[in-house]
Amino acid sequence: MSTLRLDPIMCHAHGLCAELLPELVELDEWGYPLLDPDEVPPELEAAAKRAAAACPTLALKLERSVVPVPAPREAGRPSGALSLPRHG
Amino acid sequence: MTATMDPRPHVRTALDVARLFARDADPTRTANLDEHEDRLGPLPLAVYPNRPGRQRLIDTVARAGLRGRGGAGFPTGEKLAAVAAGKGRAVVVANGCEGDPTSAKDQALLARSPHLVLDGIALAAHAVGAREAILCVHRDSPLIDVVYAALHERDRDTVAVEVVEVPDRYVASEASALVNFLNNGDARPTTTRPSVRGVRGRPTLVDNVETLAHIALVARFGDAWFREAGTPDSPGTLLVTVGGAVNRPGVYEIEAGLPLSDALELAGGESEALAAVQIGGLGGSWLPIDDAAELPLAHETCRDVGIPLGVAALVALPARACGIAETARILRHLADESAGQCGPCMFGLPAVADDMEALAYGDGSVSGQLHRRLGVIPGRGACSHPDGAVRLAVTALHTFADDVAAHAHGEPCHAAQGPFWTPLRIPA
Ligand SMILES: Cc1cc2nc3c(=O)[nH]c(=O)nc-3n(C[C@H](O)[C@H](O)[C@H](O)COP(=O)(O)O)c2cc1C
Ligand code: SF4
Ligand code: SF4
Repeated sequence: MSTLRLDPIMCHAHGLCAELLPELVELDEWGYPLLDPDEVPPELEAAAKRAAAACPTLALKLERSVVPVPAPREAGRPSGALSLPRHG
Repeated sequence: MTATMDPRPHVRTALDVARLFARDADPTRTANLDEHEDRLGPLPLAVYPNRPGRQRLIDTVARAGLRGRGGAGFPTGEKLAAVAAGKGRAVVVANGCEGDPTSAKDQALLARSPHLVLDGIALAAHAVGAREAILCVHRDSPLIDVVYAALHERDRDTVAVEVVEVPDRYVASEASALVNFLNNGDARPTTTRPSVRGVRGRPTLVDNVETLAHIALVARFGDAWFREAGTPDSPGTLLVTVGGAVNRPGVYEIEAGLPLSDALELAGGESEALAAVQIGGLGGSWLPIDDAAELPLAHETCRDVGIPLGVAALVALPARACGIAETARILRHLADESAGQCGPCMFGLPAVADDMEALAYGDGSVSGQLHRRLGVIPGRGACSHPDGAVRLAVTALHTFADDVAAHAHGEPCHAAQGPFWTPLRIPA
């Protein structure tokens, strides 16, 4: 089982990933990928591997999902749960 | 009858707290080493000798429940343990940059009690086995002279403390950006974790200077003493900066868990009728004054109402201000302060600032687009800068919903031209 991961600094919005793996990658309005956060389904594993290999900057990675190790995360302020107010 | 005086700084009432700051001290004076030791006793390094002593120090900080005061509230004992267990000799970085312009507590602490911070650095270095420490402050800060003067007074420290001046930019003081700057002069965040690979690849403890000052007190007086103030989940005291429409803006030491209205009271009370309070810095949250007044200032109570405590800074926004215009101005600033590395941050934040400005100027048509954008930006930057900006925008739309509705019907903002209440540091 594996999951798609993106290094946001390395990604330069080439958009190749969305072309190769439209099932799991969408581009936002600025051309940057929005990844499906779930585990990659087995039938898409090969396509996901190809997309990661094709990324010109190696920003996209296919990571083996492991039981998460609770490592200290001190790099930033917490991103608390955000809920958007209803509008319309 | 004379009882022996208890030398431990204590809490008289929730509003009369003096641990980091000496009681009744002149806030404009720097405590020299003699005054510092007269009040609190000497640096207690000898109490924690060798490897077992170091472990006991880490355990004491962990039992005290101290949480980082740099914004994230991460348990300090856990971080000390992780860095101490890392591969190679550790390095300590004391974060005294205070990049958030709504906060002035680290400046106040270093200006008044530099030796408490330096004690904390020495103890933290001892705990993680570091021989060198770096104290980071903003370039050209008046604190640099204060810190050097204090360092000159100390000749017994076993850790070498270097003072490094960091560019006065908002994201430059994020932990990985500081490490990156120390390594190669580039003050932009990275995706590497300082506790694992920090300064020169070594495990690096990046702690806020107030956190380190608390370590210096915990090491002297113990974890049970530390927990005599605060709440079970946010023990101790904290420095809070109160600004905006209050009579005596400034930095105050409070017990964690103090209701927000009492913090405003410490700052002389509101100077006019208030609409809302910004809590947690520029990447924090707006709360309507009616919801904010009773809110205890602690991590768990803030979490319960869906916001992080963040940097302990409050900005009181008066009723005559426009929260949407105020937020638009802050968002523009945060967009300008993006390190320009991650797409959703470098393109998303200016777009969101545009939308919020349009709202303030009576163009309600951007509302759907703004909501969509706020939904896709969080969690997609290398650091949490964009998440903070989105949080401020989302809470603004909640808190100033009436203003938004009025603007959406074409009613332009009555206060779009200011005056503004949130201090911003516009880089030269
Ligand atoms: C954009 C940004 C700016 C930050 N600025 C500061 C700062 O000026 N001072 C600070 O202590 N922490 C700042 N932080 C938090 C640090 O990354 C880090 O979490 C903190 O220094 C750790 O110290 P603590 O565990 O003692 O809180 C910032 C984080 C972000 C995302
Ligand atoms: S192919 Fe690589 S660089 Fe291009 S958008 Fe996808 S992840 Fe980013
Ligand atoms: S999220 Fe923004 S501020 Fe943070 S590293 Fe990326 S571009 Fe820089």
